[in-house]
Amino acid sequence: MKILVTVKEVAEVEDDFEIDGTSISESSLEYDLNEWDDYAVEAAVQIAEAGDDVEVVAVTIGPERSEETIRMALAKGVDRAVRVWDDAFEDVDLLDVESKTDVLAAVAAEEDPDLVLTGVQAADDSFGATGVSLADELGFEWAAVVNDLELGEDTASVRRELEGGVEELTEVELPAVFTIQTGINEPRYASLRGIRQAQRKEIAATGLGDLGLDASVVESDLRLTEMYEPESESDVTLFEGDAEATAAELATVLREKGVGAE
Amino acid sequence: MSDVLAVVDHRRGSLRDVSYELVTAGRELAGGDELHVAVVSGDVDRFAEKLDLDGVDAIHTVDYGEEFNHDVYLQAVEQLYADLEPGVVLLPNSVNGLDYAPAVANSLSLPLVTDAIAFDTDDGLDVTREMYGSKVETTIEVDAEPVVVTVRGGEWPAAEANGGADVVPFDVDIDESAVRSTVTGFEEVGGGDVDITDADVLVSVGRGIGEEENLDLVFDLAEALDATVSSSRPIVDNGWLPKNRQVGQSGKVVTPDVYLAIGISGAVQHVAGMKGAETIVAINTDPNAPIFDIADYGVVDDLFDVVPALIEAFE
Ligand SMILES: Cc1cc2nc3c(=O)[nH]c(=O)nc-3n(C[C@H](O)[C@H](O)[C@H](O)COP(=O)(O)OP(=O)(O)OC[C@H]3O[C@@H](n4cnc5c(N)ncnc54)[C@H](O)[C@@H]3O)c2cc1C
Ligand SMILES: Nc1ncnc2c1ncn2[C@@H]1O[C@H](COP(=O)(O)O)[C@@H](O)[C@H]1O
Repeated sequence: MKILVTVKEVAEVEDDFEIDGTSISESSLEYDLNEWDDYAVEAAVQIAEAGDDVEVVAVTIGPERSEETIRMALAKGVDRAVRVWDDAFEDVDLLDVESKTDVLAAVAAEEDPDLVLTGVQAADDSFGATGVSLADELGFEWAAVVNDLELGEDTASVRRELEGGVEELTEVELPAVFTIQTGINEPRYASLRGIRQAQRKEIAATGLGDLGLDASVVESDLRLTEMYEPESESDVTLFEGDAEATAAELATVLREKGVGAE
Repeated sequence: MSDVLAVVDHRRGSLRDVSYELVTAGRELAGGDELHVAVVSGDVDRFAEKLDLDGVDAIHTVDYGEEFNHDVYLQAVEQLYADLEPGVVLLPNSVNGLDYAPAVANSLSLPLVTDAIAFDTDDGLDVTREMYGSKVETTIEVDAEPVVVTVRGGEWPAAEANGGADVVPFDVDIDESAVRSTVTGFEEVGGGDVDITDADVLVSVGRGIGEEENLDLVFDLAEALDATVSSSRPIVDNGWLPKNRQVGQSGKVVTPDVYLAIGISGAVQHVAGMKGAETIVAINTDPNAPIFDIADYGVVDDLFDVVPALIEAFE
């Protein structure tokens, strides 16, 4: 069996940041593996560890810089990775769901997986859509926001986490794409041995041409035209000073609201 | 603008709130053109009565099955789309919305914009959406029609009043062989002895707490304030607190007199569960944390300095 896990290196914005046109200036960004993908990787590795002859392949669309992050997935037990990049990606502000779907589907066509795991959402642009879109493109069945997964022969039993503490129990025919929710497992830390082994694992740098695609795949009818800090909805009163002073102010407010009154 | 097809959300016999908001958003997008609302599965006639709201031109009922099934919804929306030729397919950005909207867009080869929080239709369609955990807002210009858009819950007011819309039963042709998933049941999670929805004062802890053993600090504060401890999702994901303590979209909706958010950024799915609190107080090192956009009082500082001082102030 082969499992394809989609993974994204996402940017986290530092506390103080600057916006530069329609993006955040590079100096205010830190990069990490997308939280949801960390859980998807763990789910895939656990399936591989429980079964015989299961290969886990990670795929990412990302620049060379992202290899460091992708290697963390390899250190946690992913067998090998495919990294798709092309000059065409450099100039796009927003890689939309359609473009990502086409690229990931082309990789899936080459890899021919039995199961695809993605995260529910990417923490940076949060479309929350790539997994289900990819399923439709591949003709796979799917389930979104999965927080429990048990694979059977031809079907999988999953729990989908709905709103308000309600879970939906669903039987899904395989092959399928599942978008993985945080909390489904406990993602491991990479061991030293894992990190060493990851150095020898393959990250196949792949261009659009290698996948039979060309630059037109990044074309989109969506354009990111503005980025700005949101206006505050409340008039927040901020207390300043050392912790003792601010705590005293907070205590006064809280007492006014009746907190701590016996 | 152009005709809009909005497909509502329901679960276990009730329309979900976002359905009424979708009508308001749909009316805004349709401008002088038509707003078509569709309801798929369940007791469609009863739902249709409730959806006869201001601004709705027609309600299309798809009487097939009981609960949400994405394979049925996908086929129903494809067929409604072919029949009505709308310029915008408007879907909720709910968990179920996200379980089929991307498939609708991909299958119809339409661009997809998810999680819209505002529209500007002055010159074509501009959609406002957030990025980086609500730290920034962006404008997405949509250079094509038709398009699939999902809207965030709680951003548009619910539509009210009676519209006098036509109710049109839609004759759907579902290919059963393409229905490859089956819902077998639902389960409520997060029960137990502590009911955070009952508390007047919540001391709520987020990932800023860092380590499990630091939770003691939060319990000490709760004791000093005679409050109950709740949390954001990562604390529960880590197994540090049980599910019944989680506030938010997939946890509990709470409306205490005072909600003290400690080391919580204020992600949309968290805020969905606590924005109804009377007074919101936030302690966070990040002055740009979105929690400060909805807080009434705040301290931009390290919780490990402020919380002990606050405990002392109450002892
Ligand atoms: C479908 C779906 C459903 C979800 N449902 C929920 C839900 O029900 N509830 C929920 O909470 N989330 C939910 N989430 C997750 C949500 O998107 C966020 O990931 C989550 O709310 C973040 O929790 P947090 O604020 O504790 O962590 P972070 O976003 O990591 O924030 C931690 C904060 O702590 C601050 N901090 C760090 N150190 C300190 C310090 N020493 N002193 C003070 N402050 C400090 C940081 O500045 C930061 O703002 C859901 C997500 C999805 C996709
Ligand atoms: N650039 C990318 N490379 C690989 N996988 C991605 C990429 N962007 C998104 N994904 C996958 O799709 C999921 C949902 O992302 P999104 O729809 O962008 O919120 C993520 O959790 C990833 O698993």
